[in-house]
Amino acid sequence: MLQKMYDWVDERLDITPMWRDIADHEVPEHVNPAHHFSAFVYCFGGLTFFITVIQILSGMFLTMYYVPDIINAYESVHYLQNEVAFGVIVRGMHHWGASLVIVMMFLHTLRVFFQGAYKKPRELNWVVGVLIFGVMLGLGFTGYLLPWDMKALFATKVGLEIAQTVPVIGPAMKALLAGDAHIIGAQTLTRFFAIHVFFLPGALLGLMGAHFIMIRKQGISGPL
Amino acid sequence: MANKDEVSRRQFLNYTLTGVGGFMAAGMLLPMVRFAIDPIMKQGAGQDMVAVVEEGKITEEPQRFTFKVNQKDGWYESEVTQAAWVFKDKNGDIVALSPICKHLGCTVDWGTDPSHPNQFYCPCHGGRYTKDGTNVKGTPPLAPLDVYKKEVKDGKLYLGQAEPQ
Repeated sequence: MLQKMYDWVDERLDITPMWRDIADHEVPEHVNPAHHFSAFVYCFGGLTFFITVIQILSGMFLTMYYVPDIINAYESVHYLQNEVAFGVIVRGMHHWGASLVIVMMFLHTLRVFFQGAYKKPRELNWVVGVLIFGVMLGLGFTGYLLPWDMKALFATKVGLEIAQTVPVIGPAMKALLAGDAHIIGAQTLTRFFAIHVFFLPGALLGLMGAHFIMIRKQGISGPL
Repeated sequence: MANKDEVSRRQFLNYTLTGVGGFMAAGMLLPMVRFAIDPIMKQGAGQDMVAVVEEGKITEEPQRFTFKVNQKDGWYESEVTQAAWVFKDKNGDIVALSPICKHLGCTVDWGTDPSHPNQFYCPCHGGRYTKDGTNVKGTPPLAPLDVYKKEVKDGKLYLGQAEPQ
C-alpha cells in the first residue's frame, strides 16, 4: 500500500533522487561508533539538532495556551502546567530541552575545536556555527522571561543591564530590546515573545540549513 | 541461500529500526498531541443555578430577563451576562428559552417581525419560532430553541445550563 503510493508519486515526480541525495550517503568508518566507540563524540551535533526539533515541536504546542501579556502570561502558564493533560510534560520538555540543547551544542563545539575540524576549508562552517551558538543563547534569554514570574523578571533585568553596559549604543540597545527606555513590562514581554517565537527560530533554521549544506558539500573532517 | 519466506537481514534491520524509531517518535509526540486535544477531552464543569427573577413577575407574554453567570475560560474567570425569554404557558408552567438562534447563533427577539407578532424572530436570516420555542417550518432553523434548566425556590426562578429540547 505505502509502496504503491510511493511508486505513484515517484512515477510522476521522480522523487527518489531527491531523498537519496539527502539521506543516502556513507558514514565514514572513523565517525561510526560501531567501529570505534570513541566516535560517539561525533553524535553531539546530531543530538543538538534532535533536541532543537523537540524544542520547536513542544514550543508550537505551548503557544496553544500561552499568552504574552503581563496580566495573563503567568496565569496561562500556570493553567497549562497544572490543568491541561500532559502540560507538565510538554512544558518540561521545553524547559529541560532548553538547557540540554546548549549543553549538546557546547560539547559539539568542543569536539570541533579540539579536533581542529574548523580548519581550512571549513572555516565558514565554524563561523556559521558560532552564529547558531549566539542565536541559541538568544532563544534561551528571551524564553526565560515568558512565564513572567519573579525569576524571569529579575533575570531579564540583569540581562538588559548587561546590554546597557555596551559602550555608546548600550542604552539604545536596551530600549530596543525592552521596548521602553525604563520600564520592563508589557512591551518587553511582547517583544521577547516575538523574538523568541518568530525572529530567532527563523534565523536558526536558515543558519542550520547553511550549516548542513556546508557539511554535506565538504564532508566530515578526516580521522585524526 | 536465504529461503524466500525468511526475513532478510536488511528487512529485519528495516523493521527494527522503524519500530524503535516509531516508538521513540510516539513517546515524543503523544504528550504533545494529548496536550493539544485537551479541550475535547475535558468534562464540562456545568453551570450553577442562578436566581433570575421573582416568580410573580413572570407573565404569559414572554419577557427578556438577564442574569450574570460565573464563567471559567481556561485561566480567565469572568462574569458574563446571559439572557432568557421567560413566560408561563397555558398550564401555568414556567418556560425559560435561550435567545440563541439554532440556525447560526444570532440572538432572537420576541414579536419584532411585524407580520408574525406572536413569534420569536431572528433578524439575521429571518428564522422564526413559535411561543414554545418550536422552529417554524420553512425558516432557516432546524431545531427548537434551547431550554434553560429551571428551579423555583422561595418564590424566585433559578436558571442553569441551556439544553436542547
